[in-house]
Amino acid sequence: MCETCGCGDPDLVPLEVHESLLAGNDHVAGHNREHFAARGLLALNLMGSPGSGKTAVLEATAGRLSDSGMKVGALSGDLATDRDARRLAAAGLRSLSITTGSACHLDAQRVHRALHELPDDGLDLLFIENVGNLVCPAVYDLGQAANVVALSVTEGDDKPLKYPVMFRKADLVLLTKVDLLPHLPQVSVAAIEEALARVMPEPAMIRFSALTGEGLGEWITWLETRRRAAERERAAALPGRERP
Amino acid sequence: MHEFSIARSLLRRVEAEALKHGASSVRRIQLRLGELSGIEADLLRSAFEILRPGTVCSGADLAIHEVPATWSCAVCGVAIEAGAALRCPRCRRPAQLSAGSETLLEHLEMEA
Repeated sequence: MCETCGCGDPDLVPLEVHESLLAGNDHVAGHNREHFAARGLLALNLMGSPGSGKTAVLEATAGRLSDSGMKVGALSGDLATDRDARRLAAAGLRSLSITTGSACHLDAQRVHRALHELPDDGLDLLFIENVGNLVCPAVYDLGQAANVVALSVTEGDDKPLKYPVMFRKADLVLLTKVDLLPHLPQVSVAAIEEALARVMPEPAMIRFSALTGEGLGEWITWLETRRRAAERERAAALPGRERP
Repeated sequence: MHEFSIARSLLRRVEAEALKHGASSVRRIQLRLGELSGIEADLLRSAFEILRPGTVCSGADLAIHEVPATWSCAVCGVAIEAGAALRCPRCRRPAQLSAGSETLLEHLEMEA
C-alpha cells in the first residue's frame, strides 16, 4: 500500500531523494577544489559572451604577472579550435585547450581531465576561461575560488538584467573595452552599475581596457589579494600544524 | 543548451534507483527548480521527452515545481522587492537569496 499519497496502489514504491540534479558535477567540482586548495592554487572561472574580451584580458594579465614572478596557467574552453590556448601560450601562460565540441559550457569533469594533462610544477594562479556564453557556464561549479565575468561596453547596459543567473554568481565584473566609450554615447557606465546592483548582491566592477591598460593595476591587486587568501587557507589546512 | 546534459544525468540517476529497488518502471518524478537555478523547466521537459523512450521513464510524469526568486536581508530579514537593488533598504547590507536557486530531484514513484 502506498503510504505517501494513500492511493492504495500495492505496487507503488515512493522514494524521497532530495538530491541536486547537479550532484554528479558538484562532486567532481569538490574534488577539483580540494586539489586547488592543497596546492594553494587560486583557480578562477572567467566567463562572458563570445567576443567580450576574455582572452585579451588574460593576455594583458600575463604580461603584468610575469614581472611579479607568479606562475600562471590557463585552461581554455573552446568549441572547435585551440586558438585561445595558443594565444595564451604566446603571451607566456602555461595553457591547455579544452575543446568542447558542441557543448556550450565547461563542467567539472572536463576541467578535472584537463588538470591531469596540465603540467603542475608550482602554479600559483589558474584561469579557467569558459566557453563564450552568458547562460550555460553559470550553472556548473568547476571547483573555482571565484567567478569573474567579462562584460564589454559594446554589449549594452542592460546585459546584467537579461542574464541575472550569470551575474548573480559573479564575484567580480570586468567592464572591458572601456577605451571605446567615447564612441558609444548611448552606453552609460552608471546604467551598467545600476543594473549590476539589481542582480549582484555585492556588486564589484573594474573598468578595464586591454588596449590602454586602464584598470590593469586594480585587477592585478584584486588577483594578488585573492591569491594571498588562497595561500593563507593552504597554510592553515596543513596537517600537524601547531596553532599559535 | 545544458538542459540536455541535465536531463541525461536525471535519467541515469532515476534508472539507478529503479534498478536498486527492482522497479520495472517509473510513474512520477518530482523536481524543484528555482527561477535563478539556470535550468529552464520547459527546455528540461523537452530534453526529457527526447531522451526517455526505451528507458524505465518512458511513461513517467515529470512534475516540476518552479520556485520564484525571493531576496531578503540577511540581518533584519526584510524582504527585497523583485527588481530592486539587492541591498537592504533599512540596514544597507547585501541581500541574500532566500529561495530560487533550487535544482532538486525531490521525489520518485516507481512501480515494483
